[in-house]
Amino acid sequence: MALLKDGRPQADEYTDVSAAADPAARGPVLVSLTQWREHRAALLARDERLGLRLQSDEKPASVSDDLQHFDLVALEFPTFRDGRAYSSARLLRERYGYAGELRAVGDVLLEQLHFMHRVGFNSFELDTDDAAREWQIAASDISVWYQPTGDGRRTAVENRHGLADAAPRRQAAVR
Amino acid sequence: MYRYDEFDSQLVNERVEQFRRQVDRRLAGELSEDQFKPLRLMNGLYLQLHAYMLRINIPYGSLSSHQLRTLAHVARTYDRGYGHFTTRQNIQYNWIQLQQVPDALADLAAAEMHGIQSSGNCIRNVTADQYAGVAADELTDPRIYCEIIRQWSTLHPEFSFLPRKFKIAVTAAPTDRAAVQVHDIGLRMHRNAAGDPGFEVIVGGGQGRTPFIGKIIRDWLAPSDLLSYLEAILRVYNQDGRRDNLYKSRIKILVHQIGAEEFSRRVDAEWQAIRDSALQLPQAEIERIRRYFAGPEFAELADEPDLLRQQADADPQFAAWLKANKADHKMPGYAIANISLKSLNAPPGDMTARQMDAVADLADQYSFGEIRVNHRQNLVLPSVPQRDLNALYQRLAEQQLATANIGHTSDIVACPGLDYCSLANARSIPIAQEIHQRFENMDRLHDIGEVTINISGCMNACGHHHVGNIGILGVDKRGEEYYQFTLGGSSGTDAALGERTGRGFPAAETAPAVERVLRTYLDIRAADERFLDTYRRVGMAPFKEALYGAA
Repeated sequence: MALLKDGRPQADEYTDVSAAADPAARGPVLVSLTQWREHRAALLARDERLGLRLQSDEKPASVSDDLQHFDLVALEFPTFRDGRAYSSARLLRERYGYAGELRAVGDVLLEQLHFMHRVGFNSFELDTDDAAREWQIAASDISVWYQPTGDGRRTAVENRHGLADAAPRRQAAVR
Repeated sequence: MYRYDEFDSQLVNERVEQFRRQVDRRLAGELSEDQFKPLRLMNGLYLQLHAYMLRINIPYGSLSSHQLRTLAHVARTYDRGYGHFTTRQNIQYNWIQLQQVPDALADLAAAEMHGIQSSGNCIRNVTADQYAGVAADELTDPRIYCEIIRQWSTLHPEFSFLPRKFKIAVTAAPTDRAAVQVHDIGLRMHRNAAGDPGFEVIVGGGQGRTPFIGKIIRDWLAPSDLLSYLEAILRVYNQDGRRDNLYKSRIKILVHQIGAEEFSRRVDAEWQAIRDSALQLPQAEIERIRRYFAGPEFAELADEPDLLRQQADADPQFAAWLKANKADHKMPGYAIANISLKSLNAPPGDMTARQMDAVADLADQYSFGEIRVNHRQNLVLPSVPQRDLNALYQRLAEQQLATANIGHTSDIVACPGLDYCSLANARSIPIAQEIHQRFENMDRLHDIGEVTINISGCMNACGHHHVGNIGILGVDKRGEEYYQFTLGGSSGTDAALGERTGRGFPAAETAPAVERVLRTYLDIRAADERFLDTYRRVGMAPFKEALYGAA
């Protein structure tokens, strides 16, 4: 597995303990929603960076008040066909104001990176030997966007009518 | 008609080049069929029984003569010289070679057409009233909003992996010609009490294995709120729609299971949060798109009832064509001319490249270069001067395109069936042709009057049998093709699902069974009563007796 963050391959600093019986580990950990609920106090007391891994049927509304505790939220794609995390990502970014790392994990395909980036993901766990090249392909294929998704890209409608951005947005491309 | 600007063109061209690279990787063996499948489906390329099938969107059913010539060119250059128009205002090519698909798509892109989202679990081609812009009864041209929806839904990053495919239809007339009640979302424009135009929003209609008539979840929606409201519906569906069972994944099942009231509550809650966002449609963009649909400069003509009567008296076949195929136009002196693609010479909806070129020429000569495709697999020339109808009819007859049967027994909607489709249980086309043959006699056809017959080759219902006045469903019964009947369906303003009559019939007995149903109708109908009205008045019993004998 390769980790691509902000357009560059990087080492993963987090230990994914979300499937483990005991979330205790050294350094930054990635925990499940159940673990977060059961071990909340202990996890906060560790004074380490903390990541939350959400299944595709776990809605972000259930953690909207806790987001300040997480430096990483990982959203799972059990198969590339399960598109629920696209909505979760937008809600985290646009509704709940989550500004930390948002990572796509699971069945993450090259052809979906562009969609994922548009909805707010800025890191991706990829099954590839050359994550940088994949990102380059995915990020450069399409350059016209019709939908405002809060990703900073100007839409065709905004360009046509010379409109100012409707709202302050997160920083744009991560190339 | 809408024309691409630089942004629209750039997106479609980039998409073609992206797919070209993906095809190259597939041909070089870098991608397996499994990995390639989702990529080709996102561009409308299916793998069918015998070959690849390419489905191209005809946005809201509107074509220019140049676009129709391009479809002819693709049929001739990359396929076997013909194409098949579908019930969703698309065209399919059934014999295309994989390595040639990118070139075909590039040619189509140059004519402002594409296959993006013509398959896959995403928002499909938006369909509309085929008489949009020329219907006497419409409030505004629904294609303005179809184009706005087309752009918003194209490569929508949040809604490209929905639980299942998603179909939207728009009408702006009191008479529903777009089947809005049997779509995932149907939008019907009307005026509210204050006299302002807005949309009635209908959700959860559909056909397939579990057919439903849609539920109204909002009586009136301001046009400027259209996209935020659609986005709210899609977001609720994307999160809450079922993904555990392919056959329970459409939005109709969600709406049915939680109820229209609860569904509408969830949509409203979501909508309130995004209503005042960049999704709010700028008036300038609505007006920009409206200008494209301003319509041609009509001449000042007078209606020609005397001339048409005279021509009809001289030629009974022209009289029959006028009666069945002509519809009223909003401008005096003009008419809407329907072109039937249901002749005995070809499967329903099929058209040769030569015929496409000929119709493109006729559109240039008689109808401001415009053509429409309707959801019953026929074409329309939307604005023909009444004084030219006879000449148009003669020219259509030369191309074997003057069949006078719109809305009648032989205007049969049929899916491709087992002859082409890998999902089908039974053949559809031969059944359609046999029924057509039986009712070829024109006089008899006009005695029977308005009746819709729809044939599907499996329960996925691509032939829309649930909403045919007479619906025919092909099933596999121990290795043999059987055909079950439903009666009383309609996809119009009075939408209804047909009711099952009982056991099915083997292929050879199917057309005779249709004849028994129609003879029963002729026996018991009141004067001028349509088949559907008779059925609604008397119910199933006499038809059941005609089909199966006295109980």
